[in-house]
Amino acid sequence: MSPLNPARTAREYPARYRLEAARCDACGAVSYPARLVCPACRGRKFSPVTLSPEGQVLTWSVIHVGPSSHKHEVPYALAIVELTGGARVTCQIADVDPAAIRIGMPVRLEFRRIQEDGEAGVIAYGHKAVPA
Amino acid sequence: MNVGIVGYGAYIPRRRIRLAEIASVWGADAAAYERGLGLHEKSVPARDEDTITMSVTATRRALARAGIDPRDIGAVYVGSESHPYAVKPSGTVVAEAIGATPAVHCADLEFACKAGSEGMFIAAALVKSGEVGHALAVGADTSQGAPGDALEYSTAAGAAAYIFGTAGLVATMEAQVSFMTDTPDFWRREYMHYPRHAGRYTGEPAYFKTTFGAARMLLEKTGMEPKDFAYAVFHQPNGKFPMRAGTQLGFTREQLEPGWLSPWLGNTYSGASPIGLTAVLDRAKAGDRIMMVSYGSGAGSDGFVWAVTDRIDEVRDLAPHTREQLDNNKTYVPYGVYAKLRGKIRMGE
Repeated sequence: MSPLNPARTAREYPARYRLEAARCDACGAVSYPARLVCPACRGRKFSPVTLSPEGQVLTWSVIHVGPSSHKHEVPYALAIVELTGGARVTCQIADVDPAAIRIGMPVRLEFRRIQEDGEAGVIAYGHKAVPA
Repeated sequence: MNVGIVGYGAYIPRRRIRLAEIASVWGADAAAYERGLGLHEKSVPARDEDTITMSVTATRRALARAGIDPRDIGAVYVGSESHPYAVKPSGTVVAEAIGATPAVHCADLEFACKAGSEGMFIAAALVKSGEVGHALAVGADTSQGAPGDALEYSTAAGAAAYIFGTAGLVATMEAQVSFMTDTPDFWRREYMHYPRHAGRYTGEPAYFKTTFGAARMLLEKTGMEPKDFAYAVFHQPNGKFPMRAGTQLGFTREQLEPGWLSPWLGNTYSGASPIGLTAVLDRAKAGDRIMMVSYGSGAGSDGFVWAVTDRIDEVRDLAPHTREQLDNNKTYVPYGVYAKLRGKIRMGE
């Protein structure tokens, strides 16, 4: 099995490509990516919502020893970003000196390569945060 | 029915490498290269940036200025000589990422440095025919030159996106022409990593002949003269060629400089004249006329005349300006990092 399954990659396009999330019709909690059951109220009815690409760094960690897919990217920052509207996403912060990252730093999500399945396999695209 | 640009956007990566840094690695005379090419530095894509990612960001910026629903885009064309896949279109990813699928016609285009303007030519014509309401054309490249070759000093990365329509125009298309001959000045064979070029043959018999051909066709078709234009943008394979082509055609430096980005950007190939046009639109005012002529080795030029409308003042600040991307937030990389980012280092298995 390839480490990047093309079928799974394609299923995740709505969230990864377009930041599509689900808002619980019962309690209003936003799940990203979309879930079948709301983790806040166990509601099962959702309405689609598109996340704002603007946000700020809630917390972050700098990876110095990465997985094999990212071993030549180190050091890189992995962050939880709180987007305008309250949804939180886990993503890398690109185009930044990891030493310059601060809590509350304004960022925006930009479309980037996340990983690739070697030189011959599929390329997985998604979003990373960059300094706003 | 008027057809024209309803939204435009540009993307320039933040990383740069100075020509002097490249020259120092290959023992070349940096000052001679800077003087000879008219270049000082060039943009460098990060490892997570490619033609697709830059196209998506440029297109989102164009959408912000266009203010249309992406589902109203009936055609997506991405022009590049550095599509990430040899087989599988860049345009499908771009269309999916912006939410334009599935009722959309899509194609990737290639024609050396004019693949972006080819898309503009087709998109505008398709809208004019009434077949689609809006059409998107993107020119983007992360071009490569062989290590130590003269091309390595100029090959850069960037993207520009244009959405065409018939209402809410920021610039009306007054003419489009194409001038093309079979001219073997630059090529890359299948499976080859770097292109080859014919040295000085790329100049007078190729770039200048073709650029002049399209520009003169435009002047003849519209009955206009260089003095009738506020700005002119030409393909920018280096810093010297576009300025020389423009002044020989009768344009002044004042008409050329706003869209002349290559001295600090390098040659963004399919993105070159399209990005130059975004920089001009960022400062143009209603009534201004702009000539744009691309050039792609092989060889051909697409030429356009745009007439700016007063909607430009409403949309200009809805996305990042091109000059600001060029001048601000730059990160300089040494040659070793550049070689890593551009995949020039042979890795272990």
